[in-house]
Amino acid sequence: MQYDVIIGLEVHAELKTESKCFCSCKNEYGSSPNRNCCPVCMALPGALPVLNKKAVEQTIRAGLALGFEINQTAIFERKNYFYPDLSKAYQISQLEKPICINGHLKVFDKEIPINRIHLEEDAGKLIHQDDLSMIDYNRCGVPLIELVTDALVEPHIETADEAIEFLTKLRQIYIYAGVADCEMEKGQMRADVNISLRPKGSKEFGTKVEMKNIMGFKSIHRAINYEIERQKEILDDGGVIVQETRKWDNDKGESYSLRTKENAEDYRYFPDPDLLAVNISNEEIQKIKESMPLLPDQLKKVFLEEYGLNEYDSDVILANKEVSDLYRACLEMYFQPKSVANWFTTEILARIKAEDKIQIDKENLVWIIKSVDEKKIRRNAAKDLLSYIWGTGLNAEAEAKKQGIMADMSSDAVFEILDKVLQEKASVVDQFKQEQDPKILNYLVGQVMKETRGKANAQEVMEKLKERLS
Amino acid sequence: MKEIIKLSAVEIRDKVLAKELSAKQVCTAFIEQIKKNEKYNAVLEVFEDAVFKAEEIDKKISSGFSGKLAGVPIIIKDNILYKGKICSCSSKFLENYVAQYDSTVVKKLLQEGAIILGRANMDEFAMGSSTENSAFGVTHNPIDFDRVPGGSSGGSACAVALDMCPIALGTETGGSVRQPASYCGVYGLKPSYGRISRYGIVAFASSLDQVGIFSKNVQDNALMLEVIAGKDENDSTSANEKVENYTQELGGNVASFKVGVPKEILQMSKGLPCENNIKNFLEFLKAKKIEIVDVSIKEIGLGLATYYIIAPAEAASNLARFDGVKYTTRSKNARNLQEIYKKSRSEGFGKEVKRRIMLGNYVLSSGFYDAYYKKAKAVQNELIKQFDDAFKQCDIIVLPTTIGTAYKIGSKSNNPVDTYKEDIFTVTANIAGLPSLSIPFGKGENNLPLGVQLMAKKFDEKSIYKLAKFIESSLGE
Repeated sequence: MQYDVIIGLEVHAELKTESKCFCSCKNEYGSSPNRNCCPVCMALPGALPVLNKKAVEQTIRAGLALGFEINQTAIFERKNYFYPDLSKAYQISQLEKPICINGHLKVFDKEIPINRIHLEEDAGKLIHQDDLSMIDYNRCGVPLIELVTDALVEPHIETADEAIEFLTKLRQIYIYAGVADCEMEKGQMRADVNISLRPKGSKEFGTKVEMKNIMGFKSIHRAINYEIERQKEILDDGGVIVQETRKWDNDKGESYSLRTKENAEDYRYFPDPDLLAVNISNEEIQKIKESMPLLPDQLKKVFLEEYGLNEYDSDVILANKEVSDLYRACLEMYFQPKSVANWFTTEILARIKAEDKIQIDKENLVWIIKSVDEKKIRRNAAKDLLSYIWGTGLNAEAEAKKQGIMADMSSDAVFEILDKVLQEKASVVDQFKQEQDPKILNYLVGQVMKETRGKANAQEVMEKLKERLS
Repeated sequence: MKEIIKLSAVEIRDKVLAKELSAKQVCTAFIEQIKKNEKYNAVLEVFEDAVFKAEEIDKKISSGFSGKLAGVPIIIKDNILYKGKICSCSSKFLENYVAQYDSTVVKKLLQEGAIILGRANMDEFAMGSSTENSAFGVTHNPIDFDRVPGGSSGGSACAVALDMCPIALGTETGGSVRQPASYCGVYGLKPSYGRISRYGIVAFASSLDQVGIFSKNVQDNALMLEVIAGKDENDSTSANEKVENYTQELGGNVASFKVGVPKEILQMSKGLPCENNIKNFLEFLKAKKIEIVDVSIKEIGLGLATYYIIAPAEAASNLARFDGVKYTTRSKNARNLQEIYKKSRSEGFGKEVKRRIMLGNYVLSSGFYDAYYKKAKAVQNELIKQFDDAFKQCDIIVLPTTIGTAYKIGSKSNNPVDTYKEDIFTVTANIAGLPSLSIPFGKGENNLPLGVQLMAKKFDEKSIYKLAKFIESSLGE
């Protein structure tokens, strides 16, 4: 049978803030265990949460970047469950009145509706070592936003590709908006996926199966396709889908059941009496709007229309915010969008792919690009120079001079050498005059370059040579 | 000169600052009194360093220090954190738990030069009305040893009544300061919700909890509120309301005061031991030319039911952190995570606490939330509105504090609902977030003390103290 697939996404992202969501401990990845802790995030008796306004601001920022409405009054609720990494035995989250409602994100040619973004706190981490289980509360209380797509409203996410495109774009937007770093390997962005199938054309929703906390886009892609096939097989055999939560095992390439609906936890949500309702004014929203950096779609428009880049180059540069930031910084110093872009789509990207990090500053990069454009360095020498100073902090100009690769001879000096070569190679010149073979011209230019030890501009030499021999 | 232990807090402070008495002398006298009355089991621990702290205060005074509570000995309920001291909430579960930081109230006490003598017995996690639910034994009534002192702050009330300290701190969620104050014949204030920071108070029901004050007179009570009230950045629910100089306002004219009596309360007290006493109180006020007006709080009778939904619900969540994982006593019989939770909590919590945790989780569970918790919150809002309306007609509303006088130890322990009913006149102040002071007035059965409550608009503790001072002075005439 043919089926329609409906995919819902719940995406968690750790917010970029100085301090945690409800206390003043540092929100910092990679500290030694239980270093960023206090009575509040450790849930010592008598401790009370105090909302970090910056976290609310960041949530609003995320919402505005995705076209959400901002609730004027938002409420924090307690989600009660026991787990050792959850110090209070409840998570402060939002249920009935989240900060952001009704947003959307364009995926290929569909505007995917998003139900909400709410603010909550992250849990700590368990560390298992031999027989020992230890708890690190550093992450406990780190502000987290949870985005939930609206799978009840069309258009739906229907394929693994669309889901990944959604996540990729979402990640890019969060990063550009300055809301979250979304480093996947640090667990700063995590997704739950739910999938249901229904006979093609049917209006009724099928039973949905949830897959929790899958790490990495590639795994998510695999897990989705696996689950679609699993459900298809069951339905084709006349079976019934069980509402359940499944765990994806990426090593085995399969999933297994964690719990069914009957065993689902009852979180006993209720408004947290320790926190007041959050009132968000229009002025506040306006202020955040005005401080919003340009987002990928807006930047792309600038790249295409104002910089005259093509679609491919724009996408490639925008895919990485660090790259596009550097690109724009370079343009501020040297406004040659195409010429600069050329360096980015080739040299810079190749190096980042290999090393994952930009290791040159705008001053040196602009100097190199400009020198090539002004014919002070040959392109190949410039590329070698870039490689040489990449990651070293060396100064491009000083290095170029030291290596003697600059076309620093004056034209007159070059022409003097040219004349000398023409005298010495009088027989070759005669040969050219008879045969008009371009190879001979190249030979002569080569001779000049050799004499100048590469410091001349070959093109310039060629032009002068043609002039002399005409 | 009066015996040291009979002095008021204000007298002690003035004498200590004038160097007529040393803080050390005062401290030693009160500790002796605590030791003399050990059999009442009011104080769980006398802090060994109290005398040393008193000496320090004496030295500071010599170099110019002057605090509002300089040298005044205070006893705190065992759910108020004092850094470095055990804070057990009278629970086996936290028997050896040492506070890692100072609560905001303790910080303020210390800043003003108070000497914290020790921690007072209470019902476990402040759940109860008799102190019988303490894991460390019942506290006895200071007037009749066979009776309860009330609760949950029974230890603090008893300590003040027996001159173990001039002022003690308790906490309130549904009457835990006013009811024992009434049973022990002392003053007990439950301030407006948000008046005093809850930071460092082990939470029972966050939306109702407030620190309360026991004293032997109005002035000391007012002095204490002056010191510990105010906005605290660590407690989002603490109010940004002006803290007045309550002690300066005492003794003012109350001739223009109108005192309201809810007709529903007169109805509810019919046939109860408190009925005559509240009538006598109204007669007394009339004789003192205070105008009495009839008011109505239609749903005041729903207060108790509302309370026993909201309070257990919040408690169930607040007490979930006591799980045997971090700092509560872990069961020695636990072999895996599930057992750490189940066995530690089963062994650690007392019966009443477990009962309320179950009740709370029940009313919050999916399918029941709307029927119980949401409805209770709606009733709460309605009650707040009705009190607002009533206060348009009067400055103070009076209520009995308790149904009757202190009951015999053990007489109600088989019927929890009977003890819940103890709170019938006190819970509404918590539900509506209003300030209420129980003042000793009259005697009931067996010549035991009774109390009446003076309630005011939110954050109008000033009016309560003014009228209470007037009554205190009149009674002394």
